[in-house]
Amino acid sequence: MISIAFYLLTALLFSAALMVILSKNPMSSVLWMVVAFFAITGHYVLLNAQFLVVVNMVVYAGAIMVLFIYTVMLLNLSKDNDNRASLLVRLAGIVSGGLLLTVLIAALRRSTDAAVGDLAQVGATSLVGLVKPLGLALFRDFLVPFELSSALFLAALVGAVALGKKEASD
Amino acid sequence: MGTITLDHYIYLASALFAVGVVGVLIRRNILIMMMGIELMLNAVNILLAATSAFNGDSAGQVFVFFIMLVAAAEIAVGLAIITMIYRNTGSIDVKDYSRLKG
Repeated sequence: MISIAFYLLTALLFSAALMVILSKNPMSSVLWMVVAFFAITGHYVLLNAQFLVVVNMVVYAGAIMVLFIYTVMLLNLSKDNDNRASLLVRLAGIVSGGLLLTVLIAALRRSTDAAVGDLAQVGATSLVGLVKPLGLALFRDFLVPFELSSALFLAALVGAVALGKKEASD
Repeated sequence: MGTITLDHYIYLASALFAVGVVGVLIRRNILIMMMGIELMLNAVNILLAATSAFNGDSAGQVFVFFIMLVAAAEIAVGLAIITMIYRNTGSIDVKDYSRLKG
């Protein structure tokens, strides 16, 4: 049962990811990206990572994709839709991606410990993804990176506003 | 269908990462290249969350949280830069950005 859900979510994720990189219209790419984020959220549900489910929905499917949609709308991209690389570059890119996939799988496939169990058992019994253990880890072990990330956000906010502002001479 | 082990998540994350790399390599639209980068980040996120849940260690999911924070900051600044370059060049095709070379 849970493996059927896993394969369905994986099929949805890969069809959405392929549509993101293959569709001609940037707006449909963005909308397929939202579908891909929903599939990824489904994977987090299967892993019982409840905190990541909420954060993934709010940050990725919410904030980031809204930013993308607004940018696509602001840029007025009606005329130049056909901006793919040349056939040679596309072939080289696909071959490189396939080679990368081969190397990654060859390097990683024997690295896991079979004793850690399967998804049906982990999804039913894993408690590390709940808010309480993650909050304890975040504010006990990772307090300094967490506070530093707020400084990063402030810098990104100021930088985005400063970059996006129209020049006074325009 | 069998059981789902950690190996399945390695295949899933590797394939999603490769899709993101191919997206960055074959497209010349900078918005879609940034979405390819997002796909790569999410492949890493899935693998971190899976290893964290399978091994019972919550540090991996904290790392996923930090990756999401950095990705949000990256996208905010990146899209502001794209908007600014589009205002100057009138294009989102990366081949029109080659005039930036010194």
